[in-house]
Amino acid sequence: MKKFLGDIMQTIQEIEKEQVRLDHPEFFPGDTVTVYVKIREGEKERIQAFQGVVISKKKGTTNASFTVRKVSYGVGVERIFPLNSPIIDRVEVNTQGRVRRSKIYYLRKLRGKAARIKEHRFR
Amino acid sequence: MCKGMIGKKVGTTGLFTPNGEYVPVTVVQLGPCVVTQIKTVPAEGYNALQLGFGSKKEKRVNKPRAGHFRKAGDQMFEFLREFGVDNPDEYKIGQSITTDIFKVGELVDVTGTSKGRGFAGVIKRHGFHGGKKTHGSHSHRIPGSIGCSAWPAKVIKGKKLPGRFGNATKTIQNLEILDIRPEENLILLKGVVPGAKTGLLKIKKKKF
Repeated sequence: MKKFLGDIMQTIQEIEKEQVRLDHPEFFPGDTVTVYVKIREGEKERIQAFQGVVISKKKGTTNASFTVRKVSYGVGVERIFPLNSPIIDRVEVNTQGRVRRSKIYYLRKLRGKAARIKEHRFR
Repeated sequence: MCKGMIGKKVGTTGLFTPNGEYVPVTVVQLGPCVVTQIKTVPAEGYNALQLGFGSKKEKRVNKPRAGHFRKAGDQMFEFLREFGVDNPDEYKIGQSITTDIFKVGELVDVTGTSKGRGFAGVIKRHGFHGGKKTHGSHSHRIPGSIGCSAWPAKVIKGKKLPGRFGNATKTIQNLEILDIRPEENLILLKGVVPGAKTGLLKIKKKKF
């Protein structure tokens, strides 16, 4: 019988660990990624791609998430994906970007050439 | 069939359903419980099982109670609770009751003691909106007027006022069982249950 708080904390952690997806590639803020999302339309299921720059990653076990930003027809679009959600089919890393911040929210204020991110060649 | 069991709150987390929905989950350690007494209509006037849960050192248990426990085996229990039963003949004293009385997808009612908040004001206790925080206001969290003047010349009974809040027995109805793990005696419930971690819970088959 588990009686002490430390033991029960461990139980919760073990249950959360089962939820963590290990099939995602390693990616960081600044990287350009393509997220393939499962979309259900009635009975059918199809996969939609969302390509953009990762501007933030939120740590956690079951509630970890990452934000992808893209500019679509001149309008900035940001989408927050739960990292361990089963709706994500797969994530592809297209380029690795070199940034000095973990949250690159400054990208929202930049347009055109200024909004480019240098490629990181050696990580 | 026994209609409920004793459990302990382990904690809360979240899980993804296959559709990608994120649902709140409460992990409850359910049993194992042991039947310590069987109450029947001829003897006590109603059918019920008295279940023991948790362990206690024998020297911490008083002698009458230790004698009662010894009828069911060597174990000393921390908690005793009673649950209704349809057919008491199916059970024997000393029989162990585990998570297999519940099924995944079944709805249960969970009773526990809510966290005590002490002497709380009306905003926390009754959800009042409170006064303005700025613009020269001096009534930030006060209840405001509590009644009329010369008539009725008293505060009506049941008026919502500050006072002791929490530490009361609360029941949450119709929580879905998402998963059962018999080897660890754990069940995963959709939603939240009253009380703090390690708090005692009564998990019963749904009433309505």
